[in-house]
Amino acid sequence: MLEELGTNDQGDMIINIGPQHPSTHGVLHLVITLNGETIKKVEPHIGYIHRSIEKMCESLSYRQFIYVTSRMDYLSSHINNHGCALCVEKGLQIEIPSRAQVIRVLMDELTRLASHLLWWGALAMDLGAFTPFFYSFREREMINELMEDTCGARLTMNYIVPGGVMMDLHPDFQRKVKEFLRLFKSKIHEYDDLVTGNIIFQNRTKGVGYISKEDAISFGCTGPTGRGSGLSCDIRKLYPYSIYEQLQFDEVIETDGDSWARYKVRVGEMVQSMRIIEQLIDNIPEGDFQAKTKAVLKLPKGDFYTRVETARGELGVYIVSEGGSTPYRIKFRSPGFSNLSALDHMSRGGKIGDLMATMGTLDLVIPDIDR
Amino acid sequence: MTKDELKIKFESLQEGLSFEEGTEWLTINIVPEEFKNFALLLRNNNELHFDYLFCLTGVDWKTHLSVVYHFSSTVFRHEVVIKVKIEKANPIVDTVCDIWRTAEFHEREAYDLLGVEFVGHPDLRRLFLTPDHEGFPLRKDYEDPINMIKL
Repeated sequence: MLEELGTNDQGDMIINIGPQHPSTHGVLHLVITLNGETIKKVEPHIGYIHRSIEKMCESLSYRQFIYVTSRMDYLSSHINNHGCALCVEKGLQIEIPSRAQVIRVLMDELTRLASHLLWWGALAMDLGAFTPFFYSFREREMINELMEDTCGARLTMNYIVPGGVMMDLHPDFQRKVKEFLRLFKSKIHEYDDLVTGNIIFQNRTKGVGYISKEDAISFGCTGPTGRGSGLSCDIRKLYPYSIYEQLQFDEVIETDGDSWARYKVRVGEMVQSMRIIEQLIDNIPEGDFQAKTKAVLKLPKGDFYTRVETARGELGVYIVSEGGSTPYRIKFRSPGFSNLSALDHMSRGGKIGDLMATMGTLDLVIPDIDR
Repeated sequence: MTKDELKIKFESLQEGLSFEEGTEWLTINIVPEEFKNFALLLRNNNELHFDYLFCLTGVDWKTHLSVVYHFSSTVFRHEVVIKVKIEKANPIVDTVCDIWRTAEFHEREAYDLLGVEFVGHPDLRRLFLTPDHEGFPLRKDYEDPINMIKL
């Protein structure tokens, strides 16, 4: 580690950001080679929160392993659970009641909204504006509260399980969601006034952290990071799962490939998520919230792969089964992992002050990367 | 292209390919010596155009290891799965990070957790674990008496 401090033989300065740093939003360690203020290289050192989730899953049953996955991308825990449940259901070939389908999508979109809200506040804070953080957390708190009513948790939900959802909706759910939508619709303009239209914010993000469409594909960038570069990569549109095929919403795509484009994609996605929730909230079908399944789930021998769109991009769940009650091997293809690998490419040649804007718009969640 | 069309296309491009039955996506088993050329074919053939490597991982099958690649095309929206069988004593396979940049991190992960050595990788080091860590945790014979709890 010692040789990574100070300067190298070309006289470049080498500095460390993290593992404990407010702007890395978790325990991420960046070793940055600097020529004056210009970045020559960014080397991410990860693994500070590696819990070997994939190894742990090998000794957990198909009902149990879902709980561990909430701890990966903790801001998209519903969607992580959903991806895993879909993979198990694909292996077992069970039909999910329509009520459960609708509840799942509602939860997914509320999670996406909550995640983007947190990102929006944290990004503005990274760039030196402190107030937006309180604005977005005020709204996010409403989502957290209605999640708490139904799921009993605020972050690690473990609500979507193979066969449906864990329990039925709280009686207040619909009322609270509508209340949130009414309030949020009036607030989202405030967000635009505060940050989007702010000339300082625009100057700090425009042209910063550029990545072309070809590079975004090569680096495997997905989610708003890929869509900011003009890459159509929304799994909900391309490979529709659950009931997304029947819903009306647009895939938000920007072509500039810089931090400003990624910002606009995420803000646009908040509006689209609201559209989806509005379509569903009055149309939750009656019926069972869980399909009848056996007490011990056993997947047939073979490989199963599902992908879902989390708030950060494409999450892939790859289960290799040998026919037993536990998976033989599980791999989670996490979106943040691939997005982070492009950070070096994006920030080379830029200024160190712009690194925070680049990293902020990648929306990294470190436990998702380290797993 | 659909799965069947892809299969016909691959058969016309290269003879003697071994396909796996009963899979969701077309799955091809490849020996490590042929893998690099096959990867170049996947990327550069205009009708295949597999430009997106969306998952790279390995599986320990006790007798041998296999490296599993999931490819997709952002233009044609078709997928293919490539499985490379390698020996446990000599876990060597060519790198693809010059073709798909995302492989740089994914191959480091596979090296870190499964001990697969990617020949030609510019910076093959451990990714999650510390450099002095011994053993490869995702191998089935890995033992860690302190941290692993057996149920």
